[in-house]
Amino acid sequence: MTRGFQKAFKAMMISSSILVGSIAVFIFAYVMIKGIGGISWSFLSASPSYLENRIGILPDILNTLYVLLTTLAIVLVIGVASAIYLSEYAESKKLARLVQGASQILSGIPSIIYGLVGMLFFCQILGFRTSLLAGSMTLVIMCLPTIMKTTQESLEAVREGYRESSFALGAGKWRTVRSVVLPCAADGIVSGCILCIGRILGESAALLFTAGLAHSVNGYLEGMSSSGATLTVALYVYAKEQGEFQAAFPIATILLVLALAVNLSASAVGKRLSRGRS
Amino acid sequence: MKAVLLSFALAAVASVALITVFLVSSGLPAIGKIGLLEFIIGKRWASTAKDPGFGILPFILSSLYAATCSILIGSPIGLLCALYLSKAASKRTRAVISTLVDLLSGIPSVVFGLVGMMVLVPGIKQLFNLSDGSSLLSAIIVLSIMVLPTIVKVSTTALDAVPREYEDSSLALGASQVQTWLGVSIPAARNGIAASLVLGAGRAIGEAMAVMMVSGNAANMPSLFQSVRFLTTAIASEMSYSSGLQRQALFSIALVLYVFIMIMNMALSWLVKRSAS
Repeated sequence: MTRGFQKAFKAMMISSSILVGSIAVFIFAYVMIKGIGGISWSFLSASPSYLENRIGILPDILNTLYVLLTTLAIVLVIGVASAIYLSEYAESKKLARLVQGASQILSGIPSIIYGLVGMLFFCQILGFRTSLLAGSMTLVIMCLPTIMKTTQESLEAVREGYRESSFALGAGKWRTVRSVVLPCAADGIVSGCILCIGRILGESAALLFTAGLAHSVNGYLEGMSSSGATLTVALYVYAKEQGEFQAAFPIATILLVLALAVNLSASAVGKRLSRGRS
Repeated sequence: MKAVLLSFALAAVASVALITVFLVSSGLPAIGKIGLLEFIIGKRWASTAKDPGFGILPFILSSLYAATCSILIGSPIGLLCALYLSKAASKRTRAVISTLVDLLSGIPSVVFGLVGMMVLVPGIKQLFNLSDGSSLLSAIIVLSIMVLPTIVKVSTTALDAVPREYEDSSLALGASQVQTWLGVSIPAARNGIAASLVLGAGRAIGEAMAVMMVSGNAANMPSLFQSVRFLTTAIASEMSYSSGLQRQALFSIALVLYVFIMIMNMALSWLVKRSAS
């Protein structure tokens, strides 16, 4: 290996890193510059109307919020419960391996397939029709592996001594899990939730056929049972099918700001986690 | 309590079973009617024509081309970046770049699609003097960017896990830094690096929305400057108005996509197992 090659190699490493970083910066800057001007109070607080030639994303914001809360509430229960089972109760290694294999498969399935199966199962067979509820249930399956993995990792990081002390004090298994192990693992569960929030906010293909495209302002219960577009789906429809870029770029700006917030809070929690463990 | 928890734990298994059963049962009928060979290697897709054709070879090839090319473009950049972050960068630089990589991985795919539509598509149109820039090339570039965070993150983790002593012994024997990285660090981390590429390829094959917005969506055989349709976008673009055999054929496409993903999954778990042992 000549000196020249080694120098060139190092230069390539540095320029690749700069390239990767600048792509991220470029996308953020480009979307912000194009979109920030379009964000106004009326844009955020109105629903769209062809008659009045008005663009507003209030229904999309509400739909996103509804889907986010419903999905998180359900996936938290299922995901944390299965992680507890795997790390605290499971005696059969085969079963644990089966569940983990299933969760690994789930994390690799593309969202369009989730959307398709969600449409068949939740919308048609269970009769939810195209609704936010069907969309949320589809996202629950999609987010399940994330919550399971982060929770299980943090449960397994809880020191064995804590459990033993609790048993020694006469607490039963479930009591120990509930009042000793789970609180110690709270940070990991929170970071799993943050990852899921990011995934839910960014998801579009799985929601297109399950949650639909409507833009109407509804209360929570009514909203869950009717069709509605989340911010990402609305962005897709505005940009691709209607060519309304003065709506698409502001939505993209909002999505990027949310992604940034999710990222920052994830790394904050991550730092707390690693400090707690060391 | 144990039984309750167990039933929750089985939710993941049940979901996989549900997805598999649904895809197989709703995907097979159309394949049966069209004929497996006709379906897989047929070149003509005209689902709404009077004399309908249901050949998905263009979609399969487009998806494979796009995934392969985006990995070919993304992997050298991603690997060089991972090598820099793991071995050469100062703590500060590493923190900055990996934050940016995290940000890149958090960008929703519709935003990639939007930026691609507004920047890449017109750019390609001008650069190559085309009548429309929506093409396989645009999709490949968007996917190359989208697979970067996966490649960088997973490879960096793998490179970080290479024991320091290996590298130190190589350096002590008089090898230079670059020789050590290429001859010791990368071979030692090869399973993790391969896993990052498989993960990236899975993401590229499964991506729907971003490529839908930049690829023009015509059912052509793949060609770099032509509008193309992928397995994912074939499903997404016709699902909303499909009926009858056309709808069933869309489920068959999903089944084919699922088979691809399962093959990648197996490759991945094989690699993970190998790197653990």
